[in-house]
Amino acid sequence: MSFFSGLDFYLLLIPFLAVAVLIGRHKSLKAYNLLISLLFITLIYGSSKAQALSLLLYLIYEFILLRLYLYWRTRQGRKQVRYRLMLFLALLPLAAVKLTLPQPLSLFGFLGISYASFKVLQILIDSYDGLIKQLSFYDYASFILFFPTLSSGPIDRSERYLADLAEVKDRETYMQLVYQGLWKFLLGLVYKLTFSEFFYVRMQALESTYTPAALLAYAYLYGFYLFFDFAGYSLMAVGCSYILGVKTPDNFRFPFISRDMKEFWDRWHITLSHWLRDYLFSRFMFQSIKKKRFKSRLTGASVGFMLNMTVMGFWHGLSGQYIIYGLYHGVLLALTEIYQKKSGFYKRHQQQRWYQGLSWLLTLNLVMFGFMIFSGHLNPIPAALWRRLVS
Amino acid sequence: MNENKGTSDTQAAQILKILAEICEDDSVMTDRKVDLFKENLLDSLSVTELLVELDDQLGIYISPAEIEREQIRTPELLLQFVEARSKR
Repeated sequence: MSFFSGLDFYLLLIPFLAVAVLIGRHKSLKAYNLLISLLFITLIYGSSKAQALSLLLYLIYEFILLRLYLYWRTRQGRKQVRYRLMLFLALLPLAAVKLTLPQPLSLFGFLGISYASFKVLQILIDSYDGLIKQLSFYDYASFILFFPTLSSGPIDRSERYLADLAEVKDRETYMQLVYQGLWKFLLGLVYKLTFSEFFYVRMQALESTYTPAALLAYAYLYGFYLFFDFAGYSLMAVGCSYILGVKTPDNFRFPFISRDMKEFWDRWHITLSHWLRDYLFSRFMFQSIKKKRFKSRLTGASVGFMLNMTVMGFWHGLSGQYIIYGLYHGVLLALTEIYQKKSGFYKRHQQQRWYQGLSWLLTLNLVMFGFMIFSGHLNPIPAALWRRLVS
Repeated sequence: MNENKGTSDTQAAQILKILAEICEDDSVMTDRKVDLFKENLLDSLSVTELLVELDDQLGIYISPAEIEREQIRTPELLLQFVEARSKR
């Protein structure tokens, strides 16, 4: 069984969601959620003992780090050295997995470790900033193990998540949430079963054709497939969360209408890009401005964007296609920033319709090209070109 | 009581001055209901600059993660947010 796919998952999910609706109308669903999360984890991870054990070890290991850090933090304040050490230790399991792919050390690898690491780091960084002062194992486990978002997001924030479950909603508010959740869930199902499938089949047909027209078509088909697949999954995870009383944030907001690359990252995989913005980009910029690392703000911002997106690339995986994908978006964001700040042409015309239309078209094609890199479909091309060049 | 109000008024004036410098627009000091993001007076970069200045000049550290656009959409909202934050 796996999350949000296969009839067996849905058949099991439906009765558990129905019971949630009966409880959620007059009680907090926190305990119930943790219980069914444990049940789904047992069923999905249980088939591989190593994976289940790895998840358990990870959970305990990171909890010890977080509690130890909070202990230091409340007694000795914001000390950089210990904070950095903790960041390093908290990232160690993820690094071990990513570095040993495709055969990860079995003790470290479980489905969703990338997403769990974001959640753990968020708690750690917010503790450093004094936003989190205590952490019970119950709260922590409830947040990390929440099954709808465990394996592939969206990435929620602990305080937001816990506040949702701490409040007992009145019947009407909760039922409203259930209806919204149902709608999102069904929409996600349609995305995944029909649209994603539609584009996937057509994309497969072009798998081994490398003419310019076929490549262009492939890029668009892959882009739409990726969107409907991932947005569909996210919608189902969000919808399921709503029914369980948690307003997990949305992951996509019409990404293909974006008129520039900055707007695109505000609409595509939103919880990832906002996480990186809040916990990496803004912090890097904060330090850079404070320490006057760069002569101009624009240089600083460009370096910040590059760093941010390169990390995003590495997070997807340590293969060339992901790292280049990250660099590609870093460069695009830096160029967008420079262009929008410096260009008189942009300032004069940005409100005009023809400009916005052109800008949209350019953005869409840059985005699709990015997906093409991401897909790995272009991987054989450099070698082929090289062979043609030397022969 | 009065003294307290006095300090928070000067603090408000200081915050507005910092905001005006970052937006490069003095109108934000008087027009307290202007939508800073819609009018392109602030973006995520200048918000970070704002956080640095609040920390440097007023000693109020606000983490980039705890601030949401809705909370600082207008100068008035920004003042309320910083005031609530500095009391914590």
